[in-house]
Amino acid sequence: MNHENIPREKFTVIGIGKQEVTEALSVGGRGYFFDALSRFRKNKSSVIAAYIILFLVLYAILAPMLSPYKITDKDTVYTGYPPYIEAVSRLGIGLFDGGTVRTGQNETQLAALRAMGEETGMDPVIRIMDEEETVTKFRGEEKRTVTYKLRVNKYFETGVVFRVMSETEFQKIQEYQNRTGLQIIYPYVKKEDIGGITAAPNIWYKVSDSKGTPLYDSDDRLIPAYSTDKSSEGAPYDSLRIDGDDGNYIYSIKKAGALECRVCYYNYYIYANGHAPMFALGTNSLGQDLFSAIGLGARFSLTFALIVSAINLTVGMIYGAIQGYYGGNTDLVLDRIADILSGMPFIVVATLFQLHLAKNVGVVGSFLFAFVLTGWIGMAALTRKQFYRFKGQEFVLAARTLGASDGRLIWRHVFPNSLGTLVTSCALIIPSVISSETTFSYLGIINLSDFVGTSLGTLMSQGQTSMTAAPHAMLFPALYFSLLLISFNLFGNGLRDAFNPRARGVEE
Amino acid sequence: MIKYVIQRLFLMLLTLFIITGMCFVLVRMLPPAELPPGDIHTQVIEARREAQGYNKPYLVQFGIFLKNVLTKWDWGVSDKLYMGQEVSAIFASKLPATMIVNLYSILLSIPIGILLGIIAATNKNNFIDHTISTATMVCISVPSFVYAFLIQYFLSYKWGLLPFLVKSGTDYFSPEMFVSMLPVILSLSLGVIASFTRTTRAELTEVLTSDFMLLARTKGLTRTQATMRHGLKNCMVVVLPAIFGNFIGIMSGSFIIEKIFAVPGVGSLYINSINGRDYPMFIMLTVFYTAIGLAASIVVDISYGFVDPRIRIGSKK
Repeated sequence: MNHENIPREKFTVIGIGKQEVTEALSVGGRGYFFDALSRFRKNKSSVIAAYIILFLVLYAILAPMLSPYKITDKDTVYTGYPPYIEAVSRLGIGLFDGGTVRTGQNETQLAALRAMGEETGMDPVIRIMDEEETVTKFRGEEKRTVTYKLRVNKYFETGVVFRVMSETEFQKIQEYQNRTGLQIIYPYVKKEDIGGITAAPNIWYKVSDSKGTPLYDSDDRLIPAYSTDKSSEGAPYDSLRIDGDDGNYIYSIKKAGALECRVCYYNYYIYANGHAPMFALGTNSLGQDLFSAIGLGARFSLTFALIVSAINLTVGMIYGAIQGYYGGNTDLVLDRIADILSGMPFIVVATLFQLHLAKNVGVVGSFLFAFVLTGWIGMAALTRKQFYRFKGQEFVLAARTLGASDGRLIWRHVFPNSLGTLVTSCALIIPSVISSETTFSYLGIINLSDFVGTSLGTLMSQGQTSMTAAPHAMLFPALYFSLLLISFNLFGNGLRDAFNPRARGVEE
Repeated sequence: MIKYVIQRLFLMLLTLFIITGMCFVLVRMLPPAELPPGDIHTQVIEARREAQGYNKPYLVQFGIFLKNVLTKWDWGVSDKLYMGQEVSAIFASKLPATMIVNLYSILLSIPIGILLGIIAATNKNNFIDHTISTATMVCISVPSFVYAFLIQYFLSYKWGLLPFLVKSGTDYFSPEMFVSMLPVILSLSLGVIASFTRTTRAELTEVLTSDFMLLARTKGLTRTQATMRHGLKNCMVVVLPAIFGNFIGIMSGSFIIEKIFAVPGVGSLYINSINGRDYPMFIMLTVFYTAIGLAASIVVDISYGFVDPRIRIGSKK
């Protein structure tokens, strides 16, 4: 058969304008990014981690705004107090009630707590958790002692405190009392009326011994020991009087040119701050509100980590690109420099920068320099590896043959291919920066307090010192911090697996 | 091999020399610590400073420093923390505590880490593997001072099982000392265990899927036999160098853990010298830490070559 001269009429058109063909082609390709995203979505733990990160970031942004406290507000009495929100504590569900556990409390101590509740109407005892009875022989007599394990509201437990104030302040509080009906100042109790016990502002009843064992009247009620000694009254009092006061109790005494009175601290707090204590995560040993302090510290950590990662990504990419693309002697020299820099322990770099530069560029600036000086090395090594991988491939060769310049080859042809790897490793740099930043402020080598007020590391090192008295002051920052690091690492791993499915499970 | 080792050692010494020089000059550029007038040590320290050439150019100072160190092992005298005492003597007195604590922790964590790694790899992708991998992930992500806090709070304070701080004294091998070191050892170990578990698991899962494992099974070995004889042996190519590297690292200690548990060791000495601005101490410890870091990396690289002679990390071939 003659294949060269096939007559025209033997050909028939089968495809022009036919619907099925165009339809088959219009499906379109799945882009690299889209592909990676769908792989990422399948990795459940990474998706959860992403949501946790979102939540933590939102917390960092919103918490300092929501909290009524600034970082400079340092309460002098409520230091190391557990979480407390008045509205929630009224529900009695055991959350945010300022509760702390007191073990081995004897009956006198329990009675003292109950008496505080009787005087101010705020009973510190939330509930009696356990009761233990021990019988001891004392001089031939059997003696029963009961000890209690109590859950007490630490905010109410503070009760009444002695406060020295000027007469104008005293007048102002009285006006406030008249306006709001909130009893702040309570009648004064002299130490000679309560068996000579000093520095115990919460004892307002008659006692039988110096331990403070209360005396009861025939109705089993406490007997008030308020002073009626008008001669020692500090200033005239013309405001709310407590129940049972017929106008004889005095509400202040003179002390060192000013007045001393018994002040219910909880109500005084409302007077001074305009709202009841609201420490959703408690306070630390400095009396700072942890809820906003954690958010503030985290804000700094996150911003700082982002800046550092961005700079390191840029510097590392350029450096690694030059190294990888040119190779040979350039690579050798640049690699030596990177080697020397990476041989320096980071703590040395950070310290030296701190000592030399902190005066000129500030603590944060010098810390940033320290991170940037050594941080890009990992990124450069990674870029270099990617460049070695791609630069010999045919598409680069083809571009070079067509006359593309070095810069064009680097940025238009090799670089986009390695971008996925680099960006994902950036997600793993962020947690490591946060971690070392926190470690350094924890150790006290870097003091960020002047710049941001506090940082997660500072909060944790303060929490560590008051660990036995207020474990929550360590626990909450540590929890936030751990969650942040774990979810960033999970998220980064998920991203990496999604962008290079071949490297799944390989740790770099 | 010998040529390779010598080459690596030479490069390491060069790097160490350059870093030492840079740090030395940077530290000497700072004004030296002011000495309290009238203190008995002030005159001694001033005389020593004169001899070390504090008023001469920095490079001359560095020369004197190197000569003193290399010929007399003289690192200068502490001028803030331990007035007038030899820096090298204080350092030597702090080293044992750090080394012992770290040695215990390594001896504890290597077997556990490798064992967990094997368990995870042989149970790949089931419940056990996921549990171990998640725990490893958590332990690696969370810095050591967080679980040091948990250990100190629960084991030492809440339940009273262990002492709060490391016992003072130098009886490093007495039973009481060991007990008081337990919280430190635990805190140090968690991270090491996690990293060993991760390395072993990653390597072993890869080895278990290779062809020679299939061959071992086909010639009649049981799964356990094949894993023990062929799988483990091959995964050790990566795990063993890591172990060697860790042994070098036992001297360096952990800054934070030592500070939290009051270990009288090198790490806390370093932190104190930084926070107390004791420059002679700082220089010596910087050189020490740099040397340890470089040595560990070199030992890891070289031991790859010993474990598997085909590997030469960092060489041109």
